[in-house]
Amino acid sequence: MSENPIERAAAATPQPIARNVRGLSDRALAWWFVGPTIALLLAINIFPLIWTINLSFTNFKANRPNREIKYIGLRNYERILNDADIWLNMQATAHFLIWTIVLQVLIGFALAWLINRNFRGSSFWTTVIVLPMMLSPAVVGNFWTFLYQPQIGLFNYIVSFFTGVDPSSFEMLGSVDLAPWSIIIVDTWMWTPFVMLICLAGLRSIPDYIYEAAEIDRASRWRQFWTITLPMVLPFLMLAVLFRGIENFKMFDLVVQLTGGGPGSITELASINLKREAFEKWRTGYSSAFAIILFVTVFGLASIYVKALNKVKER
Amino acid sequence: MSGFFTGLFRFKRGPWEMLATLIIAIGVFMLMQPFVMWAFTYSFITTLVGTVLFIIVSHFPE
Repeated sequence: MSENPIERAAAATPQPIARNVRGLSDRALAWWFVGPTIALLLAINIFPLIWTINLSFTNFKANRPNREIKYIGLRNYERILNDADIWLNMQATAHFLIWTIVLQVLIGFALAWLINRNFRGSSFWTTVIVLPMMLSPAVVGNFWTFLYQPQIGLFNYIVSFFTGVDPSSFEMLGSVDLAPWSIIIVDTWMWTPFVMLICLAGLRSIPDYIYEAAEIDRASRWRQFWTITLPMVLPFLMLAVLFRGIENFKMFDLVVQLTGGGPGSITELASINLKREAFEKWRTGYSSAFAIILFVTVFGLASIYVKALNKVKER
Repeated sequence: MSGFFTGLFRFKRGPWEMLATLIIAIGVFMLMQPFVMWAFTYSFITTLVGTVLFIIVSHFPE
């Protein structure tokens, strides 16, 4: 019996399959392996994208499939980009996106820094900290609506304990001023562990000898942080920002569960409005154009981040 | 700065990618800013131009 793993695998291949494969070139074999993936990608990603682009130039309504479809050129794009309500949705999305990323990066990095010190029970605390991100967004949204209840909610009582204000005097989900912050708090609570794990991977990848060399050179802790820790964790941090940025740009489930876009439309993010246009008002052509606008924005942002990431890695 | 313009004229990838990135960033800012409506109106075309430019110039030589 041969010891070579390739020969062993060849011997283990059933005869009918082996007979078919024997005459194929390496290139043909490679195509056989990647072919199904490419076909699947074309069917569930590329074709719907092209179809959506096509629909975005029409007045198609999915609830009236027998109606004649008219090509209306760029009118859908024109309407969306001159709509003050959609502009407000974009501002709500920007507010949510910027604050969640800032808070998650700051808290996530601080937690990773603490966990990386390997104190007693650090693995236990790591497990406790990562628990929120393992929950379903629907579950998180549901139980945070209870926590935010002005009469029985724990959140209001904690705020009351620290500030002295009456717990029933403010309503996180019902107030125009507080509702945008309530969704930021929940998203930060849920996804900071994810940023922490990525930062922890970055911190643990820094070899000890670099710090030892810095100690010998009498570099202060502060200087070590700015010249060793931060530059070496930066690619990981940027990756976390990329993932969270793209995810939060299309955030839907958590916010729908918490506020449903309200009060009024103060927490109506772009994706929530898109869903309403597509599946409540059934303006399929219009919502396709909206989806394309969001897609191009996410694609553009992803291009910037990937470029920045490559640049940091080259250093 | 002169190196940047020389790179642009010689169709080098670095400066062109920088330009495309700048256009995308301006487009995204225009889309989400709360100041003027006309910037929101022209944000999509700006982002689209930047993104298409980025795809093209990423195939330029280093």
